Amino acid sequence: MRALAQQPVDLEAEDRSQTLLDVQDLRTHFHVMDGTVKAVDGVSFSINRGETLGIVGESGCGKSVTALTIMRLLDIPPAEIASGVVLFDGRDILSLPEDEMRRLRGNDIAMIFQEPMTSLNPVFTVGRQISEAVRQHLRVGKREALDRSIESLRIVGINSPERRVKQYPHEMSGGMRQRVMIAMALSCEPKLLIADEPTTALDVTIQAQILELIRRIQQETGAALMLITHDLGVVAEMVHDVVVMYAGRVVEHGTVDEVLLQPRHPYTEGLLASIPSKGMRGNRLNVIKGTVPNPFNMPTGCNFAPRCPYRFEPCPEHDPRIEEGGGPPVACWLWKKAPGHAIPQELHDEQVAAARRAGAATSTPVSELLSVSDTQQGGPAA
Amino acid sequence: MAVDDTHPRSSTGKGSPRTGQTSGSGALPAEELDAQDTEVALASLSQWQLAARRFRRHRMALLGLGIFAFMATVAVVIPLFQPFIFHNIPGAVRPGGDAPSVEHIFGTTQEGRDVFNLVVNGGRISLMVGGFSMFIAGFVGVVVGSIAGFSGGWVDNILMRVVDVFFAIPFLFVILVAARFFGRGDVLSLILIIGLLSWPLIARLVRASFLSLREADFVDAARAVGVSKLRIAFRHILPNAMGPVIVAMTLLMANAIVLEAFVSFLGFGIRETEVSWGNALANAQNALRFGNWWWAFFPGMAIALTVLAINFMGDGLRDALDPRSRE
Repeated sequence: MRALAQQPVDLEAEDRSQTLLDVQDLRTHFHVMDGTVKAVDGVSFSINRGETLGIVGESGCGKSVTALTIMRLLDIPPAEIASGVVLFDGRDILSLPEDEMRRLRGNDIAMIFQEPMTSLNPVFTVGRQISEAVRQHLRVGKREALDRSIESLRIVGINSPERRVKQYPHEMSGGMRQRVMIAMALSCEPKLLIADEPTTALDVTIQAQILELIRRIQQETGAALMLITHDLGVVAEMVHDVVVMYAGRVVEHGTVDEVLLQPRHPYTEGLLASIPSKGMRGNRLNVIKGTVPNPFNMPTGCNFAPRCPYRFEPCPEHDPRIEEGGGPPVACWLWKKAPGHAIPQELHDEQVAAARRAGAATSTPVSELLSVSDTQQGGPAA
Repeated sequence: MAVDDTHPRSSTGKGSPRTGQTSGSGALPAEELDAQDTEVALASLSQWQLAARRFRRHRMALLGLGIFAFMATVAVVIPLFQPFIFHNIPGAVRPGGDAPSVEHIFGTTQEGRDVFNLVVNGGRISLMVGGFSMFIAGFVGVVVGSIAGFSGGWVDNILMRVVDVFFAIPFLFVILVAARFFGRGDVLSLILIIGLLSWPLIARLVRASFLSLREADFVDAARAVGVSKLRIAFRHILPNAMGPVIVAMTLLMANAIVLEAFVSFLGFGIRETEVSWGNALANAQNALRFGNWWWAFFPGMAIALTVLAINFMGDGLRDALDPRSRE
């Protein structure tokens, strides 16, 4: 694990900006009794080596299914990968045979799950579980694998790791178990780390520490990070690029500054506006009206149209696709010309103004969140 | 959670000194835990060790274990010195057998055999049949249930239909018929017959556990680090599924002992040149007319006591292995 620190240098020698993960038009459907759920419905994005991408969206928008599809952890059936290409390091991993995919998992792509409390096997010591991850991919003996486990526990900031490796998950707190999960994910020095809501199940104080840890380790190892979250504050401090998902689609794509300060899609605007901020004390909280559309019965036009305050003629009929029709990467007819309709300039300007207000209002808590994690750096993570 | 006399907290004083510290440290956040490093006990208890601890607090289970251990020891050790010899017929003083006395504490049979000798030698065979058929049923059941639960789909479907068939047939008659046609009156064939007919219960249990554990987060996590499916099934899921299986196996053992007695009683089981509790009972029937109650009473008591003890143990195991009964 000492080699971790040297990793970025090696990567520097290669082309650092080279694409590591390229997801093109991914569609994952679930065939269930009541019909077909298009959980992921034409999602495209890419991650460069060593870079960070945030995927945001509310529950059920397809964030986790996207991650599980990339890891190929979904049971097929009921799941079906209806179309799409996932290129990892230039290889199409959706068509790899299972045993080759297995060699990739953990070794090249690792994943951190949302629920640290249940993601460790209760009957084994944590040392055995990390060792197992190591021994799946590296030809090392039991003793050496255990030494590596101890080392990776040390790296994730667990005190007296020699003793901790002999403990069982039930003897650890949630934050510590998540550290163990991170240690396990890092034990084989993956090129891509997928973190699926890694802090959602944790205490607020522990959240900042875990995020700081993920960021530190990501920087030290030079791994790319795909961070799935519904927390825009987390996005603000952790990632370069952001993909906003709604109902199985990418609705907006951009750098973190673009998306958070000058959001384009009305949904992104709504997400930002619904973050409570200091300036709004005493006011009613903003909400996005309505609910996510029924997955069995998606609207024919824009998925967000039924909830959108800027809805106009083409929205319920024509489906805006982010990659079509030129314009900025946003799936909205306010930003691209709908067939037979001009962009309504007045409505467009109104939305831009409202979106910037929402972005500006939320920039305060974002920086506060940053400072919280900064003060925590002297903690056990350091 | 119900507080009963088996609850660990209620018996803090009796527990080993490390108990309180280990269980108390579970919920603390990382820093506090680290700060308490020196206090945290050195011993780390696995799930099995925790279960063992809960078992030790279960009074009835301990009583059951004690009785069973005593019976098993007696049944193994004493026959080494006093084997049952079929040809040895000493003859009784009284017709129908002699009553219990200092010389024969359980009395004698019609032929003057020592009933105590019958009970311990019979126990050896009865417990052997119970124990080994339990292991056979457990092994087959675990293998079939794991395969069904982990593969799912048509494999699961076929295996479970086989299990359904086993449940549908009248068990007792099949055993009697099988013992008549395949059995040669020896212990091994009876063990095989009982064992190979009682695995479906275990298979169902294991399959059900597999189906739910397959969806567990730790299974996904293990797959995400590249652990193979086979390894996940046998290294990750199976140990977590064993709790209810162990409980069911104890009950199966009690059942097998009763079954052996029953089959032998009807004359389909262990041949007469050997002795089991079942055929001891069968032979005692006629002597009851002469007022010889001890010949039937002691083997009968042995069966009842053993089955009761095993059921107590099963009860204790169920409480100890139930994850919800964790402190």
